[in-house]
Amino acid sequence: MKDDSITLKSGGGKESRIEKSRPKSSSREAWKAGKSIFLLILAFVYLIPVIVLILTSFKTQIQIMEKGFGWFFMPTLMNYTNVLLEQGFLRYMTNSLIVGLVSTFVTLLIGGFASYALVRFNFFGKGTISFGTLLLRMIPPAVLVVPIYVLWSYFGLADTLLGLVIIYVGLNLPFTIWVLISFIADVPVELEEAAVVDGCGPWKIFFTVILPLIKPGLAAAAIFTFRIAWNEFILALVLTNRLTRTLPVATTIYLTDTGVEWGNITAMGTLVALPAIIFTFLAAKQLIAGLTAGAVKG
Amino acid sequence: MGNKGLFRGITPYLFVAPAVLVLAFTCLYPVIKGFELSFYDWSLGTPIESRKYIGWENFAWAWHDPALFNSIKVTLIFTAFAVAAELFLGLLIAFLLEKGIRGIVLLRTVFIIPIMIAPVVVGLLWRYLFDANFGLINYIVALFGFEPKAWLGTPGLALPAVIITDIWQWTPFMFILFLAGLQSLPKDPVEAAQVDGATTWQVIRQVKIPLLAPVIWVAVLLRIIDAFRSLEVMFIMTFGGPGRETEVLSLNIYKTAFMSQRLGLAAVNSIFLLAFILLLSIAFLMIARPALSKK
Repeated sequence: MKDDSITLKSGGGKESRIEKSRPKSSSREAWKAGKSIFLLILAFVYLIPVIVLILTSFKTQIQIMEKGFGWFFMPTLMNYTNVLLEQGFLRYMTNSLIVGLVSTFVTLLIGGFASYALVRFNFFGKGTISFGTLLLRMIPPAVLVVPIYVLWSYFGLADTLLGLVIIYVGLNLPFTIWVLISFIADVPVELEEAAVVDGCGPWKIFFTVILPLIKPGLAAAAIFTFRIAWNEFILALVLTNRLTRTLPVATTIYLTDTGVEWGNITAMGTLVALPAIIFTFLAAKQLIAGLTAGAVKG
Repeated sequence: MGNKGLFRGITPYLFVAPAVLVLAFTCLYPVIKGFELSFYDWSLGTPIESRKYIGWENFAWAWHDPALFNSIKVTLIFTAFAVAAELFLGLLIAFLLEKGIRGIVLLRTVFIIPIMIAPVVVGLLWRYLFDANFGLINYIVALFGFEPKAWLGTPGLALPAVIITDIWQWTPFMFILFLAGLQSLPKDPVEAAQVDGATTWQVIRQVKIPLLAPVIWVAVLLRIIDAFRSLEVMFIMTFGGPGRETEVLSLNIYKTAFMSQRLGLAAVNSIFLLAFILLLSIAFLMIARPALSKK
């Protein structure tokens, strides 16, 4: 059946294509214009919610309550000063930054070690480790939330930033290892062999030969690790207190406590979303590489 | 893996040890601990000594727990509708925009934003858009002459609202994977079909989609797994309400542990979630592994 429909056409196909060549070019123009309009609509559907969020964060409560949505108004920084200075969000932002940066650094370092060993060495247990890593990548935070809460309380890690860093390193390692493996595999082995001849040990090779060559992979992995640490919510919610809270947790607690102060809430949301928006425009290519890692070759 | 003999002995183990230790401590150990917890009756906030071993009682309770089965049902409905729509829209957009169109780079960039921003922000953004009084959606609905609605508080409307939010957030993921997949397809079969006079639709149906199948499977399974994990958006938009209409399994676990304060029962519910994820992951690995190992 499959072949039929193609071969059936193959007889008359060429003729009709020649006949149709004139009207086709104008319909192709229309097709192209239609696609551009479609593209524009899509872009709007994706931009408008984000723009609404950001615009609202610069509005006063009165401007927000107005009927309809005002696109033009006198902007105010009131929501930001209120959120950052009075609600203590400066502290939560610092917490988020510390947790994000430290866990990203540690994840890349020990994830890099592990990926290097998994690509270049043959050792007993290698298969188990790489398969186990892939499986662990799928574990939902909700499965971990109860036992982690119990264990972290027991070990005195609850309510500390260190406790958050440890769990985020664990959550991010599988993905990081997965991404870095594909980058390390592309490094030509000859470079390492030459380094061995020069008398380099494995650690020196890792730091001086491998790391500089997989910078794009490190960048992609870093962005994704930082993103998880910066955005993660449910574990941070149960593992932090008033002092060690991260931004997403503080935002939701504020949201549920006060209800509908949309000016303040959108200001917090904008602050939480800001790094993601910046990264998106700076490093779209690396992000796409990270998103498609493992799923698509090439 | 050309130089397998380069370094032997203990060196490889030193390289993998830190990662293995952290993974064991943060993922493996808690999962095992979760199994142990499921045999205890233990209230949140009471000391560990006060927990009571009750055997399979938590499991027996869970088996007749309408809240648990409701949350499994909600998770399945949410996942089925959201992922199906994302698959359809993702394919549609990828095929429409496959051939170099001006602005595609910008669109791809804009498209990543919903994936990158915190789910918490996505949740509060759409809670605002769906807001009964100030929301943009009621504003648009009113323009077309319809009654404004309290979307997130009305039975029958809240779950669709949450699903729409997920579709908005994750269709770009499908699109990006499919576009990358399309761009790395071998040129020959497509050209051969075109020479044979196949229409665009025939090329898509009979050549491109079969060639793209592995990527489609990977994307769908990754999304299903992710949909089972998602909880922030519901947490913020509805907190599972109205009633338990949008209470997915992940949210049920959180509520059982930290609102009802029943840690043991929450551990049992976690095992259900883990079982679902495990099945899906094995399916995923069976499909994705061949693609991974061919280097």
